[in-house]
Amino acid sequence: MRRHTLVAGALLCVAWPAAAQIDLSGSWAAKNFEDAMERGAGPNPLDFAGLPFNESGRAKALSYSQSQLSMPERICAFYTQWHMMIGPFSLKIWNEQDPLTGKTAAWVIGGWETRGPMTIWMDGRPHPSPNAPHTQTGFTTGKWDGDVLSAVTTHMKTGYARRNGAPISDQAVITQHFIRHGDMLTVTGMLEDPVYLAEPYYITRTFVLTQNMVNAAGPPCIPGDEGVEEGRVPHYLPGKNPFLDEMFRIYHIPQEAALGGPETMYPAFREKLKDKFVIPPKCTRNCGAGGN
Amino acid sequence: MERVAAVILLAGCCVFAQVPGGRGGAPASSPKDAAPIDLTGYWMSVVTEDWRYRMVTPAPGDYQGVPMTPAARKLADAWDPARDEAAGEQCKSYGAPALLRVPEMLHITWQDDKTLRMDTDAGKQTRLFHFGDWKAPAGPATLQGDSAAEWEITRAGRGDPNAPPQAKGSLKVTTTHLKPGYLRKNGVPYSENAALTEFFDVVEEHPGDFWMIVTIVVNDPVYLREPFIITSQFRKQASDAGWKPSECSARW
Repeated sequence: MRRHTLVAGALLCVAWPAAAQIDLSGSWAAKNFEDAMERGAGPNPLDFAGLPFNESGRAKALSYSQSQLSMPERICAFYTQWHMMIGPFSLKIWNEQDPLTGKTAAWVIGGWETRGPMTIWMDGRPHPSPNAPHTQTGFTTGKWDGDVLSAVTTHMKTGYARRNGAPISDQAVITQHFIRHGDMLTVTGMLEDPVYLAEPYYITRTFVLTQNMVNAAGPPCIPGDEGVEEGRVPHYLPGKNPFLDEMFRIYHIPQEAALGGPETMYPAFREKLKDKFVIPPKCTRNCGAGGN
Repeated sequence: MERVAAVILLAGCCVFAQVPGGRGGAPASSPKDAAPIDLTGYWMSVVTEDWRYRMVTPAPGDYQGVPMTPAARKLADAWDPARDEAAGEQCKSYGAPALLRVPEMLHITWQDDKTLRMDTDAGKQTRLFHFGDWKAPAGPATLQGDSAAEWEITRAGRGDPNAPPQAKGSLKVTTTHLKPGYLRKNGVPYSENAALTEFFDVVEEHPGDFWMIVTIVVNDPVYLREPFIITSQFRKQASDAGWKPSECSARW
């Protein structure tokens, strides 16, 4: 018995570092101070500045009509897990324990009306075969690196890198890091897509622990007739998108910047804009109320 | 006796897992030696968020996303870059609370064993992060303020019990004694009472592909209704290619 005590102690000592984890569970309130409009009401049409499109991505985005979301078969379709990074919602996180070992088998991030739950498998299981079916939520595995939880999501269906139609393909991979600093949770997101992106699309956001309950699932979506007749896919033919000058008209942002591309992410791109850009005289819409 | 031994064994294990140390597990003799992450080198802004507030100058009155007080709104509505230029204050949007939102390249070095130095090409600013028992000098507030730094070192030796202990962690920087400035180029203000807290983390996305994530918290009882929390990301560069020093600008 005594020997068992010592052995158990020694085993615990060896196992403790691997088992010990930062606790991510709880309700985390979204802080949407950056990209406030993009994460809230949604981005302007054809605002792709800072998005590392390739030509295919840009062409597909230019064909997009927001009315596609009114198609009966798409009204209630979830976005992919990337929506966690670009949507407005808070997070509910909990862990699922293996009933036999007590170890955390998975971390789960609750879903919402627009995004399915993310189950981050921590038990070492592999990702499915490349030929396995893809879903809106995809398949996610995770591991700890120090006190940072890193997660990789594959097997998603096609979706959007931005909510104005910037596409991602079903080959896209999302890598995320969950970094806790006290009551703050910073989440990084790297979207890689060999079909529509020329470089990784990298964004970050921060959540704050709250005592206000964040639900683990949103209200149900109820399909309805929003005026798009069955069988029609709203779209714009090449060269026919009516919003091409929208960003210039509102913000004086030239088309070469608004239409994105990897160069638009880097400081050197400002050199191209410097002699073309004129500060608009006054903000006329979506200016914020000195608040949000 | 055996029970005591087991308890000591357990306690020792857990303490060991939390004791800060230098990389490789050796006792650290200085903050530089104790660094759990390597922040030195050249880092490039990757501007994928708040693009129209950072890559170009937003219109007067465009304050979206900033939890401003009415007093802040009033001050911002009176933004006049010509006045700032005339007063020699073109750098008001390059102060510490806004500096890591500027599209720029960073160069981070150890100035000495207790001081981490950050230089920017845009605006030619320098921030000094002081570790240990550093005391801020008396004098007027400055654009970059006084920054106290500490490593937040997390557990070591996670995973393979045979692997050498390796610390992980973050850099926490607290900055006060700030001269008033702008959170955004179009005059969104912060006051002399502002306090800045930053957390610097480094993640490796692919082998050799390092990203620095900076979580920025600005508290200002005068001009902010609540803490202004944002996050910036920088990608590590192999060299100084792209380093292009430029003066502060009140308009661009």
